[in-house]
Amino acid sequence: MVTETSLLVTLPFLAALAAAAAPRAAATLGMAATLANAGFAALLARALLADGARETSLGGWEAPLGITLRADGLAALMIGMTALVGSAVALQAMGRPAPGRPAPAGGFWPLWLATLGAMNALFLSDDLFNLYVTFEILGLSAVGLTALTGSRRALRAAFDYLSAGLAGSLLLLLGVALAYAEAGRVDLAAVPALVETMRGRIALALVLAGLAVKAALFPLHFWMPAAHANAAPPASALLSALVVKTALYVALRLSLEGGAGIAPARAALAVAGSGAMLWGAWNALRAERLKLLVAHSTVAQIGLIALALGVAGNPADSTLWQAAALLMLSHALAKAAMFLAAGRIAEELGHDRISGLNRTELRPGAAEFAFAIAAVSLIGLPPTAGFVGKWVLIEGLIAREAWIWVALVMTGTVLSAAYLSRVVSRCLRGGPHVAPGARRPAWHMGDVAALGLAVGALALGLASALPFALLETTLT
Amino acid sequence: MTELLPLAILMTSLGVAPAILAMPDDWSRLRTAVNLAAAALKLGLVAWLSLSVAQGAEFGLGLEIAPGLALELKADALSVLFLALSSVLWLLTTLYAVGYLEGGTDRSRFFGFFSLCVAATVGIAMAGNLFTFVVFFELLTLATWPLVVHRGSAEAHRAGRIYLVYTLGGGLALTLGAAWLYALAGAVPFAPRGVLGDLPQTHPVAVTAIFVLLIAGVGVKAALVPLHGWLPVSMVAPAPVSALLHAVAVVKSGAYGIMRIVYDVYGVETMQGLGLAAPLAALAGATILWGSFRALRQDDLKKRLAYSTVSQVSYITLGVALISPLAAVGGLAHLIHQGIMKITLFLAAGNFAEGRGVKTVSGMDGMGRLMPGATLAFTVGALGMIGVPPLAGFISKWYLGAGGLDAGQPAVIALLAGSGLMNAAYFLPILYRAWFRDPPADAVPKRRIGWMLAVPPAVTAGFVLAAGLLANAPFSPLGWTRFIVSLEYL
Repeated sequence: MVTETSLLVTLPFLAALAAAAAPRAAATLGMAATLANAGFAALLARALLADGARETSLGGWEAPLGITLRADGLAALMIGMTALVGSAVALQAMGRPAPGRPAPAGGFWPLWLATLGAMNALFLSDDLFNLYVTFEILGLSAVGLTALTGSRRALRAAFDYLSAGLAGSLLLLLGVALAYAEAGRVDLAAVPALVETMRGRIALALVLAGLAVKAALFPLHFWMPAAHANAAPPASALLSALVVKTALYVALRLSLEGGAGIAPARAALAVAGSGAMLWGAWNALRAERLKLLVAHSTVAQIGLIALALGVAGNPADSTLWQAAALLMLSHALAKAAMFLAAGRIAEELGHDRISGLNRTELRPGAAEFAFAIAAVSLIGLPPTAGFVGKWVLIEGLIAREAWIWVALVMTGTVLSAAYLSRVVSRCLRGGPHVAPGARRPAWHMGDVAALGLAVGALALGLASALPFALLETTLT
Repeated sequence: MTELLPLAILMTSLGVAPAILAMPDDWSRLRTAVNLAAAALKLGLVAWLSLSVAQGAEFGLGLEIAPGLALELKADALSVLFLALSSVLWLLTTLYAVGYLEGGTDRSRFFGFFSLCVAATVGIAMAGNLFTFVVFFELLTLATWPLVVHRGSAEAHRAGRIYLVYTLGGGLALTLGAAWLYALAGAVPFAPRGVLGDLPQTHPVAVTAIFVLLIAGVGVKAALVPLHGWLPVSMVAPAPVSALLHAVAVVKSGAYGIMRIVYDVYGVETMQGLGLAAPLAALAGATILWGSFRALRQDDLKKRLAYSTVSQVSYITLGVALISPLAAVGGLAHLIHQGIMKITLFLAAGNFAEGRGVKTVSGMDGMGRLMPGATLAFTVGALGMIGVPPLAGFISKWYLGAGGLDAGQPAVIALLAGSGLMNAAYFLPILYRAWFRDPPADAVPKRRIGWMLAVPPAVTAGFVLAAGLLANAPFSPLGWTRFIVSLEYL
């Protein structure tokens, strides 16, 4: 297990360097590294299921003095999620552009691999300072991905993203410094001690505020819809599906470590999450452009996950947090599929106005189908993983008689059905509006990637036993 | 090997759906071949399963997908009742749809979702626990939507929107009720005479609230008043889809859900103990009268048939809710009887529209001379609905009436008589126009009705006759429902 853990961190960075050094071989190298990373993620999960979790101390120095890597079920699930979504996005990047469209700019592979390495390192980190460092690497490489096409809109999006990322990092760093001053250590096991003092609580609040900015959690989400809607589709997919998850992941870790003492923070998360769910849905209902709708839906879905994190309660006496982890996974697959599909639709039609989706003789059927399946997962209808996650969440909330939260989750579901059906219903055009010989564009790698991810989100619902078994090996 | 039979039956439709969806539209021969082969294979497998179940074999398959949450397929006598209905009618409807949509657009999409609908129906029929039922029930909603909006017109999209609002809303209530019941009971398998144990005594309010949620959830698809609004609107869909909605899959799944919830989750004793049966019976009675009443005034033929469905499907609910073995036999048998009668009516109505462009009751003048075969089938279906002996509908009503007396509810007789009168009042004028009036002088055929369109309604009309005449044969719908009822009540 030590081997897989170290390789998951080092291999992507080494491959990123190699891809930057040899631009001609970058695609081959990058794809190979992405697939190898997926293989190691699978091996790590297998090892965990067989032997349970453990912590590795780098260089033999134990915490709080040294750096420890924590490879447990939750980390492995997130690493697996990154590997799956990353493989699909890499597949999309391997494809040729549609005729008449510009070739993708170079630089995708080094940036993507650095993003991957940063995320893996982040998921394995066990202390706040390490987390801060990996957030910084992640933030910079993700900004690079956003700016990649070099168009005015993409640069604007990259700038927005950079500013928000820096603001979040600043808050995070302040919190980490204050925590160190208070407790003399920054590993996550120090959290329960921090809750005891006022300064410690302020430190945690700063860390959480920084995470909220990075996760685009309402009301700190303002930067996100524009940034995600204006970036190129693969970048949007990675940002929306994976990068925002990293902050939620850390929030989940804090909640797991904090136990009963951190209850007020959980309550704040739940309230902010509810607000996000309603506000994101309201804006998605009014969005006129497809990618903007998808981006606002991310705001709403982040809200749902935050709500689930918040209401999960003390992990010592409830496993409800596992529902939040499953929702993170299913949202990652479905949202990446949706951004890739939306990108393909916009690429073929030459625009992404929702009202114009059904007024054309061109029918990108595969991408539309992928969008529809992803929508089913995001709404949380069976048999998708989104449904299983929501079911477990609702069943747990009912058992606790938390009816207000049940009602909020239900409301969020209704709203997501409402805004996503705006798009899907337009994909179901037919009859007299469409010429009998409506043209279907040729298949593109992007269609394959989107469809694969969407079907993955669907199939994951039937295979949910696996993530739940993996989560059982989480160290708390 | 045989224990995989339920999975094989599910896969005959679920497996072909993606293949058909992926086919280019103009591969019509291959698509038709795959479709019909799958339908025939499924019919054979269902026949095999039915024989095994009749001999006392039990089937069960499970897949755990979260701690304490499993997908489970099983086949019991009640499953077989619904499976037989949906697989026989699927074959006929597919044949009809191939003929109906010949040369149309988006056929791969249509037949792909058509298969998915039947897969969901089969899953509902074989669901072994409440969670599995919810999964397939929601899948049915999703798979039907593209069929309702198939024509792509603004009207079709409006109907689709209304359909989604009703059915997703119902699905939400169902999911909430089911999750609540899981939170209380831990697991909710389907088993004769109920599975709630002492929950009705310890949590009477919660168990009652859950019942309301579950019935509201399945009641949308069963078109219980006031949740029936989507059904008349959806008649804008092509005729094979109407057949699917009204006879093969959708409303039947709702009625079947009511049976499962009443018999295999709550059980007859709990239903009576908590006083849930009487309100459900009253709701069913109100729906029967209201549906018939609204049908009287529709000139649009399909709309009249749709309101007639609202009324007729509630006979099933009534039979279940009266808590009398005799009424249960009538209600369960009506699941099949209503299916074969209503599909006959819709397929014949589709032929009137395709062959002569006639879509209204007032346009039916002289249809008996213009299209004698379809009109004859329509007549058999209509007379069956009214309850004329010896047709299928008579058998259902006879047992329902006897059950009403048995349950000490003579009002049921009045209800049946009142509804029967209204049935006659909205069907007989159609038959009178078709057989005794002259066709309009300017009548011209719109399109030739090929064998694919002509045969299915003739066959189902034959079923209507046979189900009534041979009601006492061991494998008739009536014979099978007696077998089921003996399991639930004895």
